Amino acid sequence: MVAVLASAPETASPGLSVELRNVSHVYDLPSGPLPVLENIDLKIEPGSFVALLGPSGSGKSTLLRLVAGLEPPVAGSVLADGVAVEKPDPSRVLVFQDPTLFPWRTVRRNVALGLEAQGRLKTEGHRIDEAIARVRLSEFADAFPHQLSGGMAQRAALARALVNDPRLLLLDEPLGKLDQLTRLTMQSELLGLWQQSGFTALLVTHDVEEALLLADRVILFSDRPARIVGERRVELPHPRHRGDPDLIALRREILQLLGVSETI
Amino acid sequence: MADTTQTAGGALAASAFLGDVWRNGLLAAASWLLAAAVAVGFTDVVPWGQTQLFALLLVIGAGAFIVLAFTVHRLGGIGHPIVHYGPWWIALGLWFTLWEISTAKLGWLPKPFFSPPQGLLHVYLTDWDRLLVCVLYSLRLWGLGFFSGIAVGFVVGVALGWSKRFSYWGMPILKLIGPVPASAWIPSAFFVFPTTFGASIFLVALASGIPVIILTASGVASVNRSFYDVARTLGADRRFLVLKVAIPAALPNVFVGLFMGLYSSFAVLVIAEMLGAKYGLGWYLQFQTAYSAYANVYAALILMALLCSGLVKLLFVGRDRLLGWQKGIVQW
Repeated sequence: MVAVLASAPETASPGLSVELRNVSHVYDLPSGPLPVLENIDLKIEPGSFVALLGPSGSGKSTLLRLVAGLEPPVAGSVLADGVAVEKPDPSRVLVFQDPTLFPWRTVRRNVALGLEAQGRLKTEGHRIDEAIARVRLSEFADAFPHQLSGGMAQRAALARALVNDPRLLLLDEPLGKLDQLTRLTMQSELLGLWQQSGFTALLVTHDVEEALLLADRVILFSDRPARIVGERRVELPHPRHRGDPDLIALRREILQLLGVSETI
Repeated sequence: MADTTQTAGGALAASAFLGDVWRNGLLAAASWLLAAAVAVGFTDVVPWGQTQLFALLLVIGAGAFIVLAFTVHRLGGIGHPIVHYGPWWIALGLWFTLWEISTAKLGWLPKPFFSPPQGLLHVYLTDWDRLLVCVLYSLRLWGLGFFSGIAVGFVVGVALGWSKRFSYWGMPILKLIGPVPASAWIPSAFFVFPTTFGASIFLVALASGIPVIILTASGVASVNRSFYDVARTLGADRRFLVLKVAIPAALPNVFVGLFMGLYSSFAVLVIAEMLGAKYGLGWYLQFQTAYSAYANVYAALILMALLCSGLVKLLFVGRDRLLGWQKGIVQW
């Protein structure tokens, strides 16, 4: 942990602001058009940690893809720092639910991907080992992905994103496939990284508790096609406790808004 | 699978020892001495030449096994394969004995068609220079054909797997022509090309290129889409996506194509040499058969077996270099 604190970057880049204006998106499937997002209006302040909460498969991941610039929205516009998003950029990095590490590259060379693609490997290569140290994988830098556990693989994916010093981190249920214990550890690690680095974080999750523990704003989405059905600010100081009565009250409120009963 | 064969080999090795003495080494020496005794003890039905030398080589081999029987446990890593193949050494001596008796000594097997081991030895000693030239000619033709074939095949395969337009025009042609055996092109190739050498190179290239095209194309086309998304968000351009994502991801497939291409290149190489070459192992086989020199034919076949399996082995080494990351994922 000492090493993590010591290697926190002094040149923390300010977070990016994100704005979605009346964004709608439709997928063209062989069975016909499938609307996934409907009239999304959303403004995200720089440096904030925002959770997008809603049922799985509702279209939240699509929203992240649009913000990442992997595809253009069918209608409306996506702005980053007031400029229309037209293509992917290393300042807006997406972390997927699967680590999607390249199996033919070691952890170190996976983390090197961004710098290599941007032709900055020679000048900024030292950042690779720093990023690996930040996610506490230094001992596994030369391991291949299949030799890592699920949590380690996801930490490597996180390092691969962080090495680019992103101003916006798009997290698509990155902890969704991890076991409960690893998940709890990774939640606090993720929060620590956000606090150190000052990037804007946009986390897609369907875990209410996770959203409330991490985010300072929770946006609630409906079933597909996803619409924003409400939002809650979480004004609790960190570190937060899952047993905090305020948090439990918020959780109940959110579940009600999503139309889910808490009693079985 | 690998584990079970390993334990089987280990058990084999353990039972092969009496104290520090390698029992199978002694048995191998005995079987080789038996073959030597049969070789010199009885007269050949017709003189084959080199009977004495053959027996001498067997005795030297037997001597080596006796020495190894007492020292192999001290050799460590080098000794392991020798011990592992112990039963093979014994069987080889018995095989030589049987071969001697059935051909040279009793003449059971019809005479011009079957040659005793000393017959092959005679060929290697008297015709080695021509065999060497033939090996070099075969290697030249194979090398030129195979490497140009896989180079073109790889590039075309990547293009077919990557580009929709290329695939639209290319795939139907590939689907039509791909299944045609390369040997079917022989008559027209010899007609179209100015030299038979050029035609032969083309045929070997075709035989090795087609499987590489097919497997490379399917490999590139089936790369996990998320790999591209990851690379794009990290700032990759098209060139990077092709060279650093699509190709490495498709490499396991490419190697399957290379192995298939290698095997079919051998087939076409030999046929092409039989039909149109002045030298080469295929030509040698054809030429010696015409003179009923079957000892020469077998001698060339053994060389060919060593050559082809050697090249396959080389490709395996290359694959292990490039696809070392698959260890623990894929069992070949």
